[in-house]
Amino acid sequence: MHELAITESVLDIAARHGRQANAQRVTDIHLVIGQLSSIVDDSVQFYWDIVSRDTICEGATLHFERIPAQFLCLDCHHTYEFQQELSACPNCDSIRVKVTAGEEFQLQSIEIEENDAAPADP
Amino acid sequence: MTSTVTVVEHIMSANDRLAAQNRAELETSRVLGVNVLASPGAGKTSVILRTIEVLQESLQLGVIEGDTAAVTIDTDKIMSAGMPAVQINTGGQCHLDAVMMGNALPQMPLADIDLLIVENVGNLICPASFTLGTHFNIVIASVPEGDDKPYKYPNIYRSIDALILNKTDLLPYIDFNTEYFRRGIEILNPDVHFFPMSCKTGEGVPEWADWLRERVAIFQKNA
Repeated sequence: MHELAITESVLDIAARHGRQANAQRVTDIHLVIGQLSSIVDDSVQFYWDIVSRDTICEGATLHFERIPAQFLCLDCHHTYEFQQELSACPNCDSIRVKVTAGEEFQLQSIEIEENDAAPADP
Repeated sequence: MTSTVTVVEHIMSANDRLAAQNRAELETSRVLGVNVLASPGAGKTSVILRTIEVLQESLQLGVIEGDTAAVTIDTDKIMSAGMPAVQINTGGQCHLDAVMMGNALPQMPLADIDLLIVENVGNLICPASFTLGTHFNIVIASVPEGDDKPYKYPNIYRSIDALILNKTDLLPYIDFNTEYFRRGIEILNPDVHFFPMSCKTGEGVPEWADWLRERVAIFQKNA
């Protein structure tokens, strides 16, 4: 259920940046989500259609770029990705590892249709 | 005309900003905040009551209780133990967020307390995404939940400082591989402090309480 709160945050950020850029409409929203960040794309999409209604983001397409979780072994410096399950370093079996990617949770960019008129006074 | 606008903003930034305000409010009153995360039935309230028992001699505690339903069972228990408690009903929502925390803080006598324990809603998924402004997070796991939880819910173990494994008195009766469990946690979070505990027998409670007391002392020294 936290996807609803997350979807509302996405809308707030996208609408704010859209207004600042004098957008008539936001058409696309690009999200970058690491594998260790727990959200369900389908749920966000479902809520999106409801929460974006009657806003400048209505009908915008959500694009999810998923970043695989990546680990760096602190003992042998081997880099590996999160496969099926959390695992120790496949090279030396050490569990002294550092997460180097996979925690991203960002709104990266939006695509907009601009107003033809001059920007309104802020 | 169409164009691309670069945003690069953390999706939870609005919540994080409010959390920072909550943190500032705690620090003004020199209160250390702890966010307690666990699945339902892991023993959050029992651990808090045990903690109060041991620490009430030396510290003044306060507790914020997050519940999805409008029940005051846990809050009543804390108040009977003689500590101030504030209940937050999330109205069915699966986690506390910085707004709810911010609304609860004015009801807490912050000037009189040293340590604020926030009992989050019982859930291993959603609360991990919402910072509250507390200084650190802990997870209470319990033996009957099974030793595979770090592998199934990795996200919540990433940002914690301490992990309590509660109900260790049940280890003789349940197939729970403590090594496998710990290994999963350590891959995600190698620096976590691990406290095996039984609220029933009291095993492990003093070690946990000592660690917490030390954290409060370090915090208040630097505050």
